[in-house]
Amino acid sequence: MTRYAATFQALRARKEKAFIPFFVMGDPDYGTSLDAVKAALGAGADMLELGIGFSDPIADGPTIQAADIRALQAGMTVDRCFRFIRDIRTFSDVPIGLLVYCNLIYRRGIDRFFREAGQAGVDGILAADVPVEEAGQFLEASDRWNVDPIFMVTPATTEKRLDAILKRASGFLYMVALLGVTGARGSLHPAALKLLRRVRSRTDLPICVGFGISRPEHVRMLARSGADGAIVGSAVVDILARNLSNRSKMIREVGSFVRQMKAQTLPR
Amino acid sequence: MPVLEELEESFCRYRIDRTFRAELKALLDRYAGRPTPLTFAGNLSRKAGCRIYLKREDLLHGGAHKTNNCLGQALLARYMGKKRLIAETGAGQHGFATAMVGALFGLKTVIYMGEEDTHRQRMNVLRMRLCGAEVVPVKTGSRTLKDAINEAMRDWIAHVEDTFYLFGTTAGPHPFPTMVKHFQSVIGREAHRQIRSLEGRLPDAVVACVGGGSNALGIFQAFLGRAEVKLYGVEGAGEGLEGERHSAPLNRGTDGVLHGAYTRILQDGDGQIREAWSISAGLDYPGVGPEHSHLRETGRVRYVAVTDKEALDAFVLLSRTEGIIPALESSHAIAYSLKLGRRLGKEAVVVVNLSGRGDKDLEHAQSALERIGRVL
Repeated sequence: MTRYAATFQALRARKEKAFIPFFVMGDPDYGTSLDAVKAALGAGADMLELGIGFSDPIADGPTIQAADIRALQAGMTVDRCFRFIRDIRTFSDVPIGLLVYCNLIYRRGIDRFFREAGQAGVDGILAADVPVEEAGQFLEASDRWNVDPIFMVTPATTEKRLDAILKRASGFLYMVALLGVTGARGSLHPAALKLLRRVRSRTDLPICVGFGISRPEHVRMLARSGADGAIVGSAVVDILARNLSNRSKMIREVGSFVRQMKAQTLPR
Repeated sequence: MPVLEELEESFCRYRIDRTFRAELKALLDRYAGRPTPLTFAGNLSRKAGCRIYLKREDLLHGGAHKTNNCLGQALLARYMGKKRLIAETGAGQHGFATAMVGALFGLKTVIYMGEEDTHRQRMNVLRMRLCGAEVVPVKTGSRTLKDAINEAMRDWIAHVEDTFYLFGTTAGPHPFPTMVKHFQSVIGREAHRQIRSLEGRLPDAVVACVGGGSNALGIFQAFLGRAEVKLYGVEGAGEGLEGERHSAPLNRGTDGVLHGAYTRILQDGDGQIREAWSISAGLDYPGVGPEHSHLRETGRVRYVAVTDKEALDAFVLLSRTEGIIPALESSHAIAYSLKLGRRLGKEAVVVVNLSGRGDKDLEHAQSALERIGRVL
């Protein structure tokens, strides 16, 4: 059984949902980033979504763009990102999803990228700018190296595309809660719950919701509406950005934020 | 994806729709001023040692070939019932052309422009604002064209319902490369007809500058099937192809994916996109239209590059010899046609796509000339 399958099964048995923080690896530097990940795991994060910084992150809002730039300026490379994941694997066995833009995969060679990611301990890869129609070679590689291909579903996804995605996706389904780019929002988009109901009726695959999820009440609402997990990126990255001059405070705040969010995913 | 599918479907429907075509033709003729002339540049020809004809897209309303594409796409936006136009712009020509058609069609228009470019092309910013467009300076990344595209795409993702992304060149995700080529192919159709009536034959060579590649594909299209016509695409060699300060992905790039297209791009070993450099804001894009990558591979088009300095010399030369101030982008094509003359001989007929006029570049060209110790 894959780490994803085992973890979601265990969570379901405990009637819990997954809380999944997102980090850009190496933001603001390798060591601090690893400490932040440790703090999140210590505070109860069930899984991790990890991004590789990219020069042109078109699906991301200003918060994650800035994190990408910090990581790249701190000297992060694809090689170092894989080392980062191997480092996490020395102390944690949670499922790890990689969020990456497709040129980084192409450049390395699709097969090689999936192999190296799998060997480093990655469980799923979401290529943010690869639509299911173009995913052929990615799917072959993910099959060969036992890395789940993660796909995004948005409120604009048609039934036909949803069919195609459900046929190919494994691990979990990444549901985008709004139309737009990543970034913390004040309230949960009404389209999110509607989409959640629509997708829920179509698949048993775990559904994790991301984009614009930033507050405890968002997570609570999703947990009660049938989502299997909540992915929080910008709100986590914001904590890093706000505390660049005080690393120990940064790490403490990451811990307390994750603890607070994780609490919303427990059974009532 | 759904928004690209909707766009593709609408484009395929209306490109063959009789009413749409008639309406576009009328706009091109009576609003934009088509057909544009094909001018024999006698004085330049003597210098170059071949017969040079200029396809005068600089005379098109707006001052560049961009208007062809903007009228086509804005009309499509109206047929699709969209209420808002967004666009990216580098040199500001595409942004200005979008602002023009936005005003003409009464559509709310937002232009994303790299902050760096808003300084280089101040006049175009003013022209866009005068036409009622909102100009948003983009402060991320290299603050140039690619970042403006990123920002426009982010806007589009968030406003797909009412917004039409009026993309400026033959790059980006399908159907943009196909659609922009379609709307620009009027340049080649006219040039083909005009050179045959003026010279009684097809040209020996056609030359166009390549940034994203829309003016080049627009004119090449009509000659692709005629193997005797040599085609030359001219990239910006910036400070030289041997260094990193150039914008020549076809000459020095590698395969990759940028803005939804698989094409030649400037990138590092990991696949991070490198910043392009050119004296001309319209050429400094680290990618290029995918069809150009294909034409390079098949060998049908030869892609060459011209340095900033050579382009500046051509900018001055055309102004001095013909009284025509070319855009710095088009100056790259002029510069290469001078090299061609020596190779092809004085009977050779060369058509150069003069894709835009250079008024917008005066300040920038002047300071560049001063840096190399020359005065206007």
